[in-house]
Amino acid sequence: MPVTLQCPGYPEDTLRTLAEKLPCRETQVTSLLSLMGQPDHYSYPSVFIYGHRATGKSHVVLTIMKDLELPHASVDCVECVSAGLLFYQVLSALFGPDSAALLPRCPSLSDFVRLYKQMSSNTPATQTRYIVLDRAERIRDMDFSLLPALLRLQELVNDNVTIILLSEIVWEKFRPNTGCFEPLLFHFPDYSKVELVQILSKDHHPSYTPELYASYINILLGVFFSVCRDLRELRHLAMLNFSKFCEPLEKGEAKESDIHKLWKNIEPHLHRAMQTVYLREVSSVQWEQQQMDEKEATALRGLSAHAHIELPYYSKFLLIAAYLASFNPARTDRRFFLKSHGKIKKTNFLKKHEKTSNHLLGPKPFPLDRLLAIFYSVVDSRVAPTASIFSQISSLVTLQLLSQVGHDDQLDSPKYKCAVSLDFILAISRTVSFDVVKYLYDFL
Amino acid sequence: MSKRRPAALSDVQCVSLVQELLRERLCHQKLPDQPIGLDSQYKHLLELLRRTAVHGESNSVLIVGPRGSGKTMLLGCVLRELMSLKEVQKNVLLVELNGLLQTDDKIALKEITRQLHLENVVGDKVFGSFAENLAFLLEALKKGDKSSSRPVLFLLDEFDLFAHHKNQTLLYNLLDVSQSAQTPVAVVGLTCRLDVLELLEKRVKSRFSHRQIHLFSSLSFSQYVDVVRLQLSLPQDFPDHRFSSQWNQSVTKLCEDKSVLEVLKRSFNSSKDFRSLYSLLFMAVSRVSVSHSTLCEADFLESGRLISADSKANVLHGLSILELCLIIAMKHLNDTYDGEPFNFQMVHNEFKKFIQRKSHSIHKFEKPVVMKAFEHLLQLELVRPVDSGVCKVQREYQLMRLMLEHGQVMEALQRYPQCPTDVKQWALSAFA
Repeated sequence: MPVTLQCPGYPEDTLRTLAEKLPCRETQVTSLLSLMGQPDHYSYPSVFIYGHRATGKSHVVLTIMKDLELPHASVDCVECVSAGLLFYQVLSALFGPDSAALLPRCPSLSDFVRLYKQMSSNTPATQTRYIVLDRAERIRDMDFSLLPALLRLQELVNDNVTIILLSEIVWEKFRPNTGCFEPLLFHFPDYSKVELVQILSKDHHPSYTPELYASYINILLGVFFSVCRDLRELRHLAMLNFSKFCEPLEKGEAKESDIHKLWKNIEPHLHRAMQTVYLREVSSVQWEQQQMDEKEATALRGLSAHAHIELPYYSKFLLIAAYLASFNPARTDRRFFLKSHGKIKKTNFLKKHEKTSNHLLGPKPFPLDRLLAIFYSVVDSRVAPTASIFSQISSLVTLQLLSQVGHDDQLDSPKYKCAVSLDFILAISRTVSFDVVKYLYDFL
Repeated sequence: MSKRRPAALSDVQCVSLVQELLRERLCHQKLPDQPIGLDSQYKHLLELLRRTAVHGESNSVLIVGPRGSGKTMLLGCVLRELMSLKEVQKNVLLVELNGLLQTDDKIALKEITRQLHLENVVGDKVFGSFAENLAFLLEALKKGDKSSSRPVLFLLDEFDLFAHHKNQTLLYNLLDVSQSAQTPVAVVGLTCRLDVLELLEKRVKSRFSHRQIHLFSSLSFSQYVDVVRLQLSLPQDFPDHRFSSQWNQSVTKLCEDKSVLEVLKRSFNSSKDFRSLYSLLFMAVSRVSVSHSTLCEADFLESGRLISADSKANVLHGLSILELCLIIAMKHLNDTYDGEPFNFQMVHNEFKKFIQRKSHSIHKFEKPVVMKAFEHLLQLELVRPVDSGVCKVQREYQLMRLMLEHGQVMEALQRYPQCPTDVKQWALSAFA
């Protein structure tokens, strides 16, 4: 490593190993260490670290904490459904589980601060204590006073404590409306392409040369870099597809120097991976299985291919009617569904008033009466408005194929929206041999 | 450095001492010897609290000022002065409450009991009302002392949050005690809201003495620079004289440097409060190390750059090309439809038009891939749903708004590493 970390007060050899553990993050580590200062000095009350997913925020911070053996509590805010859990974790990490047991059953912030004060007066801080809160954006959803109180915890408990908040979201979205103690903002920049190659090539396969793996990573990034910069995702994809990349080598069809041949082999495979395994259409286990069996990659049906649902006959028509009601303007109903619809000027009708089509704007709400009217006109046979018809409507709502708009009245003229896609409704109408497209205003 | 006096400390120790001293001053908000520029307010508050402590007068006062204007510091200095008086020291009781911590009256009352050391007196008595409970607490104090009752100072930090409690019972009772001649109490509220009196109920407001101390910074820029010099310079009793004089000289020189003054001016123009100044100084001070033992202008420039960095631009820098294209498409939609909200379908449509007509560098992406990119933007809160109702519509039809300015998008595009030219041109063209 060309960069050596320097910071007085910490053992030098751990600093050296630290630099090796955190590749491409030397500047961040150096400035973070200089912000933290020597362990027995005061540090800034709160530091807010932001950066994209998988840029090494929590990895860097936690590695520093662990390797330098600083007293710290790390809490993932997603786990803390209530503030009490957060207090419990912080206290037990900093002062041992005995102190956390002193918390009352539903602890308030006041209890937490009181206990913290009590504990820290028993064992005064010789080193700065750190509280690391991962995914701090969840704190905003908790008690309104929690975030401002945590930001000035150093002042409240009068102890050498620093809060480190980690988040993907910028600080402006956190600030409460009456203001608070402003933390120091610290940015973790994204990895550049060169750095990504450098990091990803670290876990190369032992039976192949590092150069081969590096060129594989280059090919992978060539396909995925414009879509995804998430290191974790890229690493996962690299692991999944490497065996396919090596296939020609094992069969003896190509040598390691034949990069072009290898590229030709892997590139369509990677494009297929983007449409399937990147979107979690097929699971990674299925994907690996498929490579093993050497099946055609599209042979496997993904999750979204299972969208077809078997419905009762009237439910199908109800859904079709709902779709037509949602995506057709009400003024065109006469033209579509009335047999003798008087005189309507054809030119006038076809002149589209709306510039954008309804399939761009999304479904419009419609009242129950309109749904039933369209339903009766598209169903050939006579259907009595029995209880079963109405219960089918409400069961379509619970299946989330329809959604009810405005919960104000359940009985008196409720309004609905259709919540299925065009492909779905086309598939349904095919089973009852009904041509939906003929009735859709957008496709005239 | 060659001739070192035996009494002098080594460089490492010096730097460490400087760090310790300045860090405590800048981030732990150590009380200064004398508040700067707040003489009249200081005298007023001291006199008021002294009257309560010595003569047994009941008072109430509000200290109002924006964040970082030194309210807590002023109060701390006054209390330090007050407590140095001998007759006060033994006699006065302090109760500190914070609106952030004591979020309702029950917790606040428990905290008052605890801070007055009356838990054993209260025991498990049952009280009919809040007022009865408070009266009992104050009565207990009266009995505790032989001669008369001891004065109590109530310090209410974040006073405006106490006004949000139900019926404002705590405030009503505290101010009521201060009005009716009972136990001498002083109620000191600290708040940053100017309209705090409007938050009070009528009966509470009428019992408040309407004494307000306003702390507004009337600092000129030259005074501001003086504060910087004062904050950074080392005190007289620093062990190593040679080092401290060297340091102080370098600080004085820095405060005359043009580029440093420019950084300070920018900070001064954005806000006059001390907190943001301290964070700037802290950043600069933290860069001082053994190999680099005096502050230099580069430190200031660097920390000024870090503090004033636009965080959204930083986030935009890390997006993938596809996500950037979606943002440009949203910008175009915003321009053509004059800020109307949009949904994913429209954005995708716009993006598709670009791919079909203009782009050569970006190949076609499947719709679900684009959807994934869109959801990432949603997660970063660069786009926000118009109504935050739970998933009632399909994801692609949910109406969204872009949370970025036109200028921010364009600047991000300029700074984006290896941005394809056709994407740039697409962003510049008026018509999508």
